[in-house]
Amino acid sequence: MSYQANEKGYYGDFGGAFIPEMLYPNVEELRSQYLDIMKEESFQKEFKDLLRDYVGRPTPLYYAERFSKKYGTKIYLKREDLCHTGAHKVNNTVGQILMAKRLGKDRIIAETGAGQHGVATATVCALMGIECIVYMGEVDIERQAPNVARMKMLGAKIVPAKSGSRTLKDATNEAIRDWINNPIDTHYIIGSVVGPHPYPDMVARFQAVISEEIKVQLKEKENRENPDYVVACVGGGSNAAGIYFHYLDNPEVGIIAVEAAGKGIQSGESAATSALGKEGIIHGSKTLLMQTEDGQITEPYSISAGLDYPGVGPMHANLFRSGRGEFISITDKAAMDAGQELAKLEGIIPAIETSHALAIFEDRKFKEDDVVVINLSGRGDKDLSTYIDYFDL
Amino acid sequence: MNRINKKLQEEQKMLSIYFTAGYPEPEDTVSIIQDLEKNGVDFIEIGLPFSDPLADGPTIQESSTKALKSGMTTNKLFEQLKGIRDSVEIPLVIMGYFNPILQYGVEKFCKKCAETGIDGLIIPDLPVDVYNEEYKSIFEENGLQNIFLITPQTSEERIRFIDSVSNGFIYMVSTASVTGSTSGFSEETRDYFKRISAMKLENPQIVGFGISDEETFNQATEFAKGAIIGSAFIKHLNANGKDNIADFVKNIRPV
Ligand SMILES: Cc1ncc(COP(=O)(O)O)c(C=O)c1O
Repeated sequence: MSYQANEKGYYGDFGGAFIPEMLYPNVEELRSQYLDIMKEESFQKEFKDLLRDYVGRPTPLYYAERFSKKYGTKIYLKREDLCHTGAHKVNNTVGQILMAKRLGKDRIIAETGAGQHGVATATVCALMGIECIVYMGEVDIERQAPNVARMKMLGAKIVPAKSGSRTLKDATNEAIRDWINNPIDTHYIIGSVVGPHPYPDMVARFQAVISEEIKVQLKEKENRENPDYVVACVGGGSNAAGIYFHYLDNPEVGIIAVEAAGKGIQSGESAATSALGKEGIIHGSKTLLMQTEDGQITEPYSISAGLDYPGVGPMHANLFRSGRGEFISITDKAAMDAGQELAKLEGIIPAIETSHALAIFEDRKFKEDDVVVINLSGRGDKDLSTYIDYFDL
Repeated sequence: MNRINKKLQEEQKMLSIYFTAGYPEPEDTVSIIQDLEKNGVDFIEIGLPFSDPLADGPTIQESSTKALKSGMTTNKLFEQLKGIRDSVEIPLVIMGYFNPILQYGVEKFCKKCAETGIDGLIIPDLPVDVYNEEYKSIFEENGLQNIFLITPQTSEERIRFIDSVSNGFIYMVSTASVTGSTSGFSEETRDYFKRISAMKLENPQIVGFGISDEETFNQATEFAKGAIIGSAFIKHLNANGKDNIADFVKNIRPV
């Protein structure tokens, strides 16, 4: 059995395309062409050239010596924080903007929570000279002012999502509604491995460059392609999908997914979907999601806006249910402490999302010669004000 | 024969009204249904409120959010509708998103609908192929019709397929839009109405989305069997409360 999507877009029981008929032509247009387009030589060349010259890939695979010593195992950091715009998100937006061009679209829409995906989308739209509209929850617009300013400077139009809880899930709803209203000229750049098929698979393939590079880099450093473990934080799950991708069907490589426990799993303020979620439908995908008994989608909580999503991509729901993935949840406090620790031990200030992945070593012990690769999905600049408030810096 | 099919055999153009269950007040569901029937409405679509209604514009979203806030649930809806067939004869269709139905249990939901006297379901985010493979038999066992949507972008081949799996009517979405977002129909939209009418489908079509007054009702039903009004009715409730339903209906279809 494979842990990749099958041709109908299912990962085990999860995935599919639960979309209203109004969206069917849009999604079907993409579904019927995405694999062929991605296979085209000219597409691959343009994608790889941009990743190298514009994004700055390959990102280093860095052996974190002092951090490793502290936890008695071999820890490598895959430095996605060094990508242009400061996170892995841009791998996907570069891929999707090229896809949009091939599909003849001249208007881009996107959703954003913390603003990282919005910035990454606005960036590639500026690069290509394509109109860009970003939906963002009213609440998030207030919380993430610097990223709002960045998007504006890049020429994007920000539309506040005023419905429901006015955060990421509502921004996603608004983007989907926009797509329903504009079925011909618009491409929707989703920011994670969520949404209806083919999005989870397409976004995973664009992020797969992360594990593709690790294989080569680890060979150089450790004379082996396969680490013992790959570790990533999971919001929707795109940086995780990227670092797992080429290892999914290799049982020698352990898969660790780190979710945000917020103030504690039982606190009522958490975003640990695997622990708290049940099977259901969100944004066109059957997956695990946080909801009431009555099937109303609930609002998650995490100190990190990028992990604040009530669902999880269908790939990860399947990794959880099948037992292929080990799921760990990390509280706000543990994450913040781990971010502080990495800064002091390695001189790297991580995004708070990433800090969750770094925090597992307090409780999860590894063997001394285990090779553990963590996806350092983003840098902490965007989170400085949260770090300042939290540590009274 | 299902009430839907029977109703559709009648001469007149069908006027169907959508409202959100539990709105404006949680206990208004039944009285609104009774009032709509009393004023000559042919069909009613009862909206099962959902936190994330993807296909709906702001008016219906807000009514859902409010209904949920004031405690509406699936169980509560079925409690309210218990005995509805003692007082109401016209077809009743529940329109809801798939997740709440999935959580309730699709089979249990369908049984409950049958017990209550519900005639059909409209579930916009349950795709035709998934319905066919997994749920069709459950719907049929419970005498429920599943109503599918088509849009101006739906291909002819797919329309024929949808027609072949439908057994009540086809919900014809007027324009590429969410609910409540248009004002008046363009030439292009009327061409689409004509095009679909010329396909001579097995199932009658009822037009929805963007119908708000007598003029749009008449345009929509020039070629189709009927039309559904949603957002405009919710707006009417917002502005006038629920005591003035007669005026609203008269304004759409003067007697
Ligand atoms: C740095 C960083 N890591 C992780 C995430 C979470 O997204 P995903 O789970 O899709 O990787 C985000 C989202 O904004 C992010 O900015």
